[in-house]
Amino acid sequence: MKFAIQINEGPYQHQASDSAYFFTKAALEQGHEVFRVFFYHDGVNNGTRLTTPPQDDRNIVERWAELADQYKIQSVTKDENGNETVQTELVVCVAAAQRRGIVDEGEAKRNGKDATNIHPKFRISGLGQLVEAAIQADRLVVFGD
Amino acid sequence: MSETVKKFLYLNRKAPYGTIYAWESLEVVLIGAAFDQEVRLMFLDDGVYQLTTGQDTAGVGMKNFSPTYRTLGDYEVKNIYVDKDSLEARGLTQDDLVAIAWEDWETEEEIENIVEVVDAARVSELMEESDVIFSF
Repeated sequence: MKFAIQINEGPYQHQASDSAYFFTKAALEQGHEVFRVFFYHDGVNNGTRLTTPPQDDRNIVERWAELADQYKIQSVTKDENGNETVQTELVVCVAAAQRRGIVDEGEAKRNGKDATNIHPKFRISGLGQLVEAAIQADRLVVFGD
Repeated sequence: MSETVKKFLYLNRKAPYGTIYAWESLEVVLIGAAFDQEVRLMFLDDGVYQLTTGQDTAGVGMKNFSPTYRTLGDYEVKNIYVDKDSLEARGLTQDDLVAIAWEDWETEEEIENIVEVVDAARVSELMEESDVIFSF
């Protein structure tokens, strides 16, 4: 089955991201496809590389990044010259990210910010990516309150 | 934008202020209009407060986004359902809710108010027949 995942809550504060992680991991291990994980509301906070939990706790951000790496939660597009572009499909909503200070280089430039904090295995994109994922997926599974 | 047409149901379960869920849910609906899907909205639990008239946010210092609901007919939303039990539990009736008009630009078909109060059986039926359920 083809899954898309939506996470609506921030890490540590709420179990949603943990549950989504275990669901996604289990689905992938059983041979299902998870082609996009979309982070919305406070869920965008799952995408900051500056997260530093205590050493004896799980690192939720890194855990997502490693899972995405291991199972290639990414898409490959080809341009007219056949050049492939690989992009991660851990997607952070841009509107929600702007409100909460999750920033990539493009956003930093556009909004005159002096820093970025997006994890390299995540990317910031629009809400259209969520709607599109819902259209493409057999199931959209939403985690959060 | 896409050849697939799915039945989308947005469940709105939370009060309009206090948390950002209601407003950011509305943002998905507005963006989603570009995808030409069959879009329905449902309001239940405290979510029914999102549609109430006379909202005044001056005291909480937040943007009053309630006028946006009245424009939903222009964003490809043709059906808006409100759970009857949720309304009643809060002492509300349809008279407390905004009216949302809908018009088909091509056929000029008009519906004065697409907000419909439905009972629990219909709520579950509507969920059952949807392809995608966004829960906010």
